[in-house]
Amino acid sequence: MASQEILREEPSRGSFINDPKIRGIFFQAVVVIVLVALVWWIAQNVIANLTRLRIASGFGFLNSRAGFDISESAIAYSSDSTYGRAILVGFLNTVIVAVVGIITATLIGFIIGIGRLSHNWLIRKICTVYVEVFRNIPPLLVIFFWYSGVLAVLPPPRESINLPFSSFLNQRGFYFPRAVWGDGSWLILVALLLGIAMAWFVARKARQRQMATGQQFPVFWTSTALIIGLPLLAYALSGFPLSFDYPKQSTFNLTGGFQVRPEFLSLYLALSCYTAAFIAEIVRAGIRGVSKGQTEAAAALGLRAGPILRLVVIPQAMRIVIPPLTSQYLNLTKNSSLAIAIGYPDLTAIAGTVLNQTGQAVEGVVIMMAVYLALSLLTSAIMNVVNSKMALVER
Amino acid sequence: MQEHDLSFVRVEMALAQSAPPSERGLGAWIRKNLIASTGDTILTIIGIVLVAMILPQVINWAFINAQWTGTDRTVCATVAQGGIQPDGWSGACWAFVNAKFGQFMFGRYPIEERWRPILVAILFVALLVPLLIPKVPRKGLNAILLFGALPVVAFILLVGGMFGLPLVETSLWGGLLVTLSLSFVGIAVSLPVGIVLALGRRSQMPIVKMLCIIFIETVRGIPLITVLFFASVMLPLFLPAGVSFDKFLRALIGVSLFAAAYMAEVIRGGLQAIPRGQYEGADSLGLGYWQKMGLIVMPQALKLVIPGIVNTFIGMFKDTSLVIVISMFDLLGVVKQNFSDANWATAQTARSGLVFAAFVFWLFCFGMSRYSMFTERRLDTSYKR
Repeated sequence: MASQEILREEPSRGSFINDPKIRGIFFQAVVVIVLVALVWWIAQNVIANLTRLRIASGFGFLNSRAGFDISESAIAYSSDSTYGRAILVGFLNTVIVAVVGIITATLIGFIIGIGRLSHNWLIRKICTVYVEVFRNIPPLLVIFFWYSGVLAVLPPPRESINLPFSSFLNQRGFYFPRAVWGDGSWLILVALLLGIAMAWFVARKARQRQMATGQQFPVFWTSTALIIGLPLLAYALSGFPLSFDYPKQSTFNLTGGFQVRPEFLSLYLALSCYTAAFIAEIVRAGIRGVSKGQTEAAAALGLRAGPILRLVVIPQAMRIVIPPLTSQYLNLTKNSSLAIAIGYPDLTAIAGTVLNQTGQAVEGVVIMMAVYLALSLLTSAIMNVVNSKMALVER
Repeated sequence: MQEHDLSFVRVEMALAQSAPPSERGLGAWIRKNLIASTGDTILTIIGIVLVAMILPQVINWAFINAQWTGTDRTVCATVAQGGIQPDGWSGACWAFVNAKFGQFMFGRYPIEERWRPILVAILFVALLVPLLIPKVPRKGLNAILLFGALPVVAFILLVGGMFGLPLVETSLWGGLLVTLSLSFVGIAVSLPVGIVLALGRRSQMPIVKMLCIIFIETVRGIPLITVLFFASVMLPLFLPAGVSFDKFLRALIGVSLFAAAYMAEVIRGGLQAIPRGQYEGADSLGLGYWQKMGLIVMPQALKLVIPGIVNTFIGMFKDTSLVIVISMFDLLGVVKQNFSDANWATAQTARSGLVFAAFVFWLFCFGMSRYSMFTERRLDTSYKR
C-alpha cells in the first residue's frame, strides 16, 4: 500500500509549469479564448456591416423570384422561378458534369495508364506525352483551350460539320438525334432492369457452383445476352415505340435533335482530359505495385494472359488504386466549379449570381460550401464502400 | 609432379562475344519493341496512324504556317476575313504573342517602371539557383536571404511608394508577375502553416486536434473558387466598416490557406511513416516537444514526402490561374483578356495565346517535377526495405 502511495505522488514533483498535462490544458484554454474572441469580433463586424448595408440575414430570400435566365437546366426553370430552384438547377448541372466527367476520365485514364506499361515503345511514348502535357497545365487553361481555341472557331450553323448518325458539330455545340419514347416504352426499361437483376443472379449462382464443384459457366456472355436481349425483345413486343427526332438544317440554325452546348462540351472535355492524366499515373503505380511474383505464380498455375490480368493482377492493383482514385474524383467534382469562367451554369456560377443580386454573401457562400462538402462526403462514402469490398481479406 | 597434373585453370578470360545478329541493331529493337506479336503490330500501326495524323498538323500550325511578326490582325487573318493570308490558312499567330509579350509578363504595370519586376526576377533567380544546386555552400544564409530578405526587398520594389519609388497599385499588376508572386508567397506560407496544422492534427490536445481537423477537412472539401469567393466577398464583411485590404492580399490569403490544408495532409502522411522508436528515442534523450519535432521527426518526415510537397506546389502554381474569377489577371487572365482586343481578333488569336500560356505553365511545372525527382534520388538513403 505504502509503495503505491509513493508512486502516485511522484508525477507532481517539480514545478507545475513543467507538467505537460497542465501545460496542455493551459494552451488549449488560450486557444479557445483567442478563437471565441475572434469569432465574437467577426460576428459583431458582420452584424454591423449587414445592418449598415440593410441586408436581412437568413435564408428567406430563397423563396423570392430569381429574375434571371439559365441557359441549361435539367428541370423546368424560368426567370419566374425562385432563387432556391435556381440553386437546385445549378446543383444538378454540377452533378451532371461531374458524373459524366468521372466516367470518361476513368475510361481514358485506365487506357492511358495501361498504355504507359505497354511493351510497345510507340504506345508507351504516346501515353507518356499525353500525361506529361496534361498534368502540367492548369485545368482552367484546358477549358479555355477547348472553349475559345477549338469550339468557338468551328464553322457557323449554316456550314455545320456533318458527323455519322446524323450528328452535327458547329459553333453552337454538338447536335445529335434525340430519342422519342412512344407508348409502351416503359416495358423496355422494365426489361432492362429485369435483365440486370437476372444477370446478377446468374453471376451469383455461377460463382457458388464454381466454388462447390469447380465447373465454370460463361457468365459474361449470358449477362450480355440478358441485359441487351431482354430490352430488345421488349422493344419488339411493344411494337417498336422508339423513334428519333433528327436535327435539321434551316437557314440560320439547326432545329430539332438534342443540343449539347459548347460550354458544357468544353468543360466536360477539359475535365476528362485533365483528370485522366492523373488517373493514368495512379493506375500505372497500382499495376506496378503488384509484385512480379504474382504474375509468375499465376502463369505457373497455367493461367493465360487474360485471366492473369483479370483474376490476379487487377484485383490486387485496385486495392492500391482506389484511395487515390477517390481523391481524383473529388478533385474533378471540385474543378467543375471552373465552369464559372466560361459561363456554364453550375452551382458556383448560379450561387455567385444569386449572391450578387441579393447581397446575401454569407448565406450564398455557406450554401456553396455546404453543398460541395456534402458532395465530397458522399463520394468518399461510396468509394469507401467499394474500397472495403476490395480490401484484402486476411485469414 | 606438376607437369603431369591434368587439371586446367584458365589464366586468361575468354573475350565476351557480341550478341547474335538477331539480337542486336535496329532490326532486333524494332522486333522487340514494335512488332513482338500480332496485337503489338496492330497497336504500332494505330500509334503510327495517330502520330501521322496529329504531329504534322501541329508542326505545320506552330512553325511552318505560323506568322511570327506583324503589327495588327491583318497578318493573321485570311483574305476573306480582311487579312493577307490565303483562304484556308491555319497557323499560329505568334505575332500576337510578340506584340503583347510585355502585357503577358507584367500586366498593366507602367512601362517606365518595369525595370522593378525585372530586377526582382533577377534577384530571385540569383538566390534560387544556388539554393537548388546541392554543391553550393551556405544553404542556411541563402535560404534566409530568399525567404526572409527577398520578400521585403521585392515588396518595396514592386509596390513602391517609398525610397523615391512611385507607388504602383496592385490592381495594375498582372501576367506572369502575379502568377509568380502569388505562388511564391503561397509556397513560402503554406509549408510552415501546413507543418503546424499537421502537428496540430496529431497533437495530444483534443481541442487543438479537433480545430485542425475541422479546418483541414473543410478546406479540402470545397473548391478553391469558393475559397476565393470567401476571401473576396466575406472578408470585407468580417472587418470593421471602413477597413478594407487589398484584393491582391485577399487572394494571397485564400490561395495560401487552401494550399496549407493540402500541405498538412501530405506532411501528416510523412509523420505517420516515422516509426515510434524515433519519437521514443527523442523522448529518452530528454528532448522537449519542439526539439523532438524539429531535430528528429520533421527532417525525416519531410524527406519522405518531398514528392507530395512538390506536387502540392505544382497544384498551387496551376491553381493561381483561378484568381481570374475574382477579376485579377494572372498570366492566363491577361491572355484571355487580350482575346477581346479588336486589333488582334482573328480565328487564330485565342489558340495561339493559350498555347503560349500553356507552354509557360508547362515549363514551370515540368521543371518543378523534374527537380523533385532529382532531389528524391539524391536524398534516397536506401534504408527502405
